Amino acid sequence: MLPTANAVRLLRTMLRIRRLEERCVHFAEAGGDLIRAHYHLGIGQEAAATGACAALAPSDRVFTAHRNHGHVLAKGGDPGKILAEIIGRSGGYLGGRGGTFHVAAPDLGILHTSAIVGGCLPLAAGVAFATKKTRDQRVTLVFFGDGTMEEGVFTETINIAQLWKLPLIFYMENNSVSPQERAGRGSPTSENAASALSDVPRAFNLDTSLVDGTDVEAVHALVRGLAERVRRGEGPFFVESRTTRWPGNYGSFPKLVGGDTDIAWTWDGAAAPAAVRSWTADSDPIIRYAVRLLGTGTLDRDELRAIDAEVRAEIEAAAQWALASPPPAEEGALLHVYR
Amino acid sequence: MSTAEPARVMTFAQALADAVDEVLDEDPRVTLFGARFTGHTPSARVMDPVLKKHAARIAWPPISELAYCGIAVGAAMAGMRPIVEMSTSTFSYEAIPQIVNEAGIISATSGGRVGAPVIFHMLYGIRGAGGPQHSGSPQPWYWNSPGLQVAMPSCAADVKGLLRWAALRSENPTLFMDHQLLMELEGPVPAGRHEVPFGSAEVKRPGRDVTIVATSIQVSRALEAAAVLAREGIEAEVVDPRTLEPLDRETIFGSIRRTGRVVVTDESFDRCGVAAGLAAIIADECFGDLHAPVRRVSIPPVPVPYAEALERALVPSAARIAAAVRSIVS
Repeated sequence: MLPTANAVRLLRTMLRIRRLEERCVHFAEAGGDLIRAHYHLGIGQEAAATGACAALAPSDRVFTAHRNHGHVLAKGGDPGKILAEIIGRSGGYLGGRGGTFHVAAPDLGILHTSAIVGGCLPLAAGVAFATKKTRDQRVTLVFFGDGTMEEGVFTETINIAQLWKLPLIFYMENNSVSPQERAGRGSPTSENAASALSDVPRAFNLDTSLVDGTDVEAVHALVRGLAERVRRGEGPFFVESRTTRWPGNYGSFPKLVGGDTDIAWTWDGAAAPAAVRSWTADSDPIIRYAVRLLGTGTLDRDELRAIDAEVRAEIEAAAQWALASPPPAEEGALLHVYR
Repeated sequence: MSTAEPARVMTFAQALADAVDEVLDEDPRVTLFGARFTGHTPSARVMDPVLKKHAARIAWPPISELAYCGIAVGAAMAGMRPIVEMSTSTFSYEAIPQIVNEAGIISATSGGRVGAPVIFHMLYGIRGAGGPQHSGSPQPWYWNSPGLQVAMPSCAADVKGLLRWAALRSENPTLFMDHQLLMELEGPVPAGRHEVPFGSAEVKRPGRDVTIVATSIQVSRALEAAAVLAREGIEAEVVDPRTLEPLDRETIFGSIRRTGRVVVTDESFDRCGVAAGLAAIIADECFGDLHAPVRRVSIPPVPVPYAEALERALVPSAARIAAAVRSIVS
């Protein structure tokens, strides 16, 4: 069991991601020009972002994809700058040039975020190549979804990473596994002919691990161990992280079908709306972790409510900061194309 | 400057090999992905000493252009200065997502905080029996992709100077395009650490009657045309942009303002090609100085055929350049 402070930190980070992404939906539902196009959320995948990033050092490098908000926040991102980027404001991490698909934070080791499926895989391998060549101890971890395994660039990249023994963690988020199968064989829900997605990296002799992506402590322990091995010169490693699709994930336009998550569902699961009730009980990494911390006596209900209230206040302030940030000046459209 | 060592005459291939050797010596951040810069040309073996001397600095990737180009971009983002030797330019089509859609956007998206100083070196153009898939001229595609630089050296001195500058000084991704038929072209190369900064065009031949803006191998063809035209009393000025992006507009416009007539030539398709793009820029900026329409000498948009007779029908030769000049200089 983790020390209380560490456990609370993991729970708090997951909650911060949840509240930030709920806020995105509120922005979208508000209409107007806050969110003008489709966007992707990682609700249900907070444990992967949180556990993996908590296992890395601040100077380690992380790459992500179109579903990036949680990864950036977990790596130390400022929620105000993330939300400002999502609504295209000058205060955003990229000054509004990237938007929801490209949130990155070079200062935090997230150098560039590609929204093209698989786009960051070779870039991450290249950063790992450079760290190996320069005997740098930093770890590179790349998050990607199961659909990426349909891309040719996936196969090309894992092949080279293994041939060249790159110090890299491939963290694949299979976000559509049924609760029953999360700990079992796993289900290739993407269009893939493999019996199990993890068979593919194994065929390339990659050291491959499976983890329940809704279990933040399991993710944390696994990635911490892999990161230590990468620092000793081992790698690459492949992780299949299994989560269960959040019912609000309707393609590219998510809906809060059960409203905002209520932390009271931790002790009163029946109060959750029918649309999310079973998912909350079986597959919500936040509620499940809160249930565990209540059960072990690490936290009581009042402490949980207090943490949630603090997080809500923080994200509300971040949202107000983002809304107050002015749009970028038009002249900026032509800047920085070359250095 | 009178103490400067004299220039040495050498082939384009030797100057290229020397540049690769020197940048590896001078900057430990330079790393190679593939290294057969002179391809299957008669000069193929010129690279051998460099490959042997710097074996530890060369990664030989599998046949995975998309991944290894992206790996080079990532390595550049992390502080290395990779040079990717892609062999035939058409192989870069396999890597367009990483070259255009990642390398090209990184600086702009990050507000200039992250860069990718990587070079993609490739051999382009109608090489002789290359057929439809080994004779490509993708320079217009890359020139039309923001965030990328495009270098097209025409001679030994320029291939050395441009490659040295790109590898040691540039902070941006560069498409470095050598015409395969240039490898055996001989010319003087200044001694010492010769560098040609990007964005500096050069007047390769002065002339008062007409400007020929020519890229890469078209400079040789334009000079050949200019020699023929001189015997007819027409003095052509040949201007080589050397890099399309950044483009030295002032040198090009200055020449056109002196001559009032211009032919633009590049060995890519005439439809949306480099000659078309240059002609449009010239029309925008120099229309009032022109005494005749801008003429283009490029190639028709057809898959390049294999047979020599068919190939010859496409090549933007000195004769075609000379004919274009005659059509606007009465």
